Amino acid sequence: MSRPFLEAVALTCERDWRLLFEALDLRLMPGDMLQIVGPNGSGKTSLLRLLCGLMQPTAGEVRLQGEPLAAQRGELARNLLWIGHAAGIKGLLTPEENLAWLCALHQPAERQAIWQALAAVGLRGFEDVPSHRLSAGQQRRVALARLYLDAPPLWILDEPFTALDKQGVAQLEAHLAGHCERGGMVVLTTHHTLENKPSGYRELDLGQRAA
Amino acid sequence: MSSVFALLLARESRLLFRRPAELANPLVFFAIVIALFPLAVGPESQLLQTLSPGLVWVAALLAVLLSLDGLFRSDFEDGSLEQWVVSPQPLALLVLAKVLAHWLFTGLALVLLSPLLALMLGLPPRCLPVLLLSLLLGTPVLSLLGAVGAALTVGLKRGGLLLALLILPLYIPVLILGSGALQADLQGLPTAGHLLWLATLTALAVTLTPFAIAAGLKISVGE
Amino acid sequence: MNWTWFHKLGSPKWFYEISGRWLPWLGGAAIVLLLLGSVWGLAFAPQDYQQGNSFRIIYLHVPTAILAQSIYVMLAVAGVVGLVWKMKLADVALQQAAPIGAWMTFLALLTGAVWGKPTWGAWWVWDARLTAMLILLFLYFGIIALGNAISNRDSAAKACAVLAIVGVVNIPIIKYSVEWWNTLHQPATFKLTEKPAMPVEMWAPLLVMVIGFYCFLAAVLLMRMRLEILKREARASWVKTELRAQVEGRP
Repeated sequence: MSRPFLEAVALTCERDWRLLFEALDLRLMPGDMLQIVGPNGSGKTSLLRLLCGLMQPTAGEVRLQGEPLAAQRGELARNLLWIGHAAGIKGLLTPEENLAWLCALHQPAERQAIWQALAAVGLRGFEDVPSHRLSAGQQRRVALARLYLDAPPLWILDEPFTALDKQGVAQLEAHLAGHCERGGMVVLTTHHTLENKPSGYRELDLGQRAA
Repeated sequence: MSSVFALLLARESRLLFRRPAELANPLVFFAIVIALFPLAVGPESQLLQTLSPGLVWVAALLAVLLSLDGLFRSDFEDGSLEQWVVSPQPLALLVLAKVLAHWLFTGLALVLLSPLLALMLGLPPRCLPVLLLSLLLGTPVLSLLGAVGAALTVGLKRGGLLLALLILPLYIPVLILGSGALQADLQGLPTAGHLLWLATLTALAVTLTPFAIAAGLKISVGE
Repeated sequence: MNWTWFHKLGSPKWFYEISGRWLPWLGGAAIVLLLLGSVWGLAFAPQDYQQGNSFRIIYLHVPTAILAQSIYVMLAVAGVVGLVWKMKLADVALQQAAPIGAWMTFLALLTGAVWGKPTWGAWWVWDARLTAMLILLFLYFGIIALGNAISNRDSAAKACAVLAIVGVVNIPIIKYSVEWWNTLHQPATFKLTEKPAMPVEMWAPLLVMVIGFYCFLAAVLLMRMRLEILKREARASWVKTELRAQVEGRP
């Protein structure tokens, strides 16, 4: 069996004297989509942040291509696209400026490509409106437009469907499934039941583990 | 790599310019604090002239410190810092660009405003070059050291007072050297020693503090 | 090189056991040395030819001042160990040592002020050493305040470590700049501890006191660390057995 791209070994996370999860193992191969579910406060966001290397586990480790994450920071950074609950969108900047900077952090994007990505998430005509004038759903779309640019293979998304309308949810689901079919990987948290599941779809229920 | 530095500098400048009113706050604060001293110690010009090196420096130091409280706050709240940490760019470099942008629009502005306020306190015009030079060398150190504190306290609800508590003791060498240079100049003594030491501190701060700031931000983001 | 001892040192259980064995010895040594040093220094050491008996406060002032400075360096070393090797024990040591350091600095300032009254005729003089000590006290306050303000204990320890390292880099700069400031602003003051050749009858009790204070520091630090480890590891089974034994062992 080939080596998993990203794996967690005996991961334990404790926050403020409360044990969120213990001895958690997971493996992610190209083409996989992992949906993390569980009640509020069960540690979904913490798990994602551990996988991104933003947080350090209490015990256990995260491995990238078989190597511990601490030794693979650069490699992870090149392969990872992380959209957190707060997605790094500045209200004072326009969607175009926001995207140009977020892309520049990884790989600079052409103006043309940014406009196309904004059009793909239904923000044509809003390219140069300050982001704080957009609605919550539109702001979320600005962040999600990064998924339509030259995106790295591993996407870790915290509640990507929040504030999106029905059509937006369906479109995003299809886009995520397509990414996995093309050999990408998605780890996401959401309470919503996915309609469009790729072949590599799995679910991890943190609530059930604790019980 | 250097292009990211330039891009961040441009982006930060743009952000600051879209809220121009906030740029004026440290300057107004600086002017008010300077105005408080004559009201407190009396308008006697000889006394004010003797005190002016210390007064200008203390007021500038406090203005820089207060302006730093919000340095990383909005980036922390809107998730920008997370994006910086997970990006392949060296965090210390990004941080340096951020602090440089902040210094250009607050530190440098304070330096430019200082001659006016110093003259109002009775500092003779011949001392202005040393005043400008000492502040020009000293305020970047204040910004960089303060950014370490801002990085460590960014995740806290009320970081302002704590930031002052953490950082003011570290400001003491800059204060001693900066106001010392000005005092020496006022008495007609040579100032090169003070200014060279101040320049050494600037060089040290530019090379070392970005790593401490980056470490602080990683800790605050990882909480 | 074999590093297992180093990692073993990081294990809380091992530390708890070994420190339990050291503690009585360190505590005993501290009591004996401090008693011996103070009786010797206060009653038997010769008078100072200039200051008479008032110099005897040196036997409290110098050890506390030395400890105040070395504890800060220790904080920074613990900080580096905690940040680089992610050793939890170093985090515990850092946070538990900071209040002791602050107390020592406070004692050094207090004894300095008491000593200053007969020597300089004032409780407080902006002398370079006193001023540097005051700044050190502020640095300790900063670390303690930061540690208390951050609720997540791992983050708190790391943040304190960064601050301690920045502080320790700054301490020599602060020290020299304060000395420079002092020489520029006032004529060199009467040096208290740099007398030409202190006679052996005077410095021998001082040495005993310094070593006694170090033993005292080690004992208090170990006690504080043991308590903190019990709190942190409350979930672990060895802590539960240990506590049960403690409770049942008591009459």
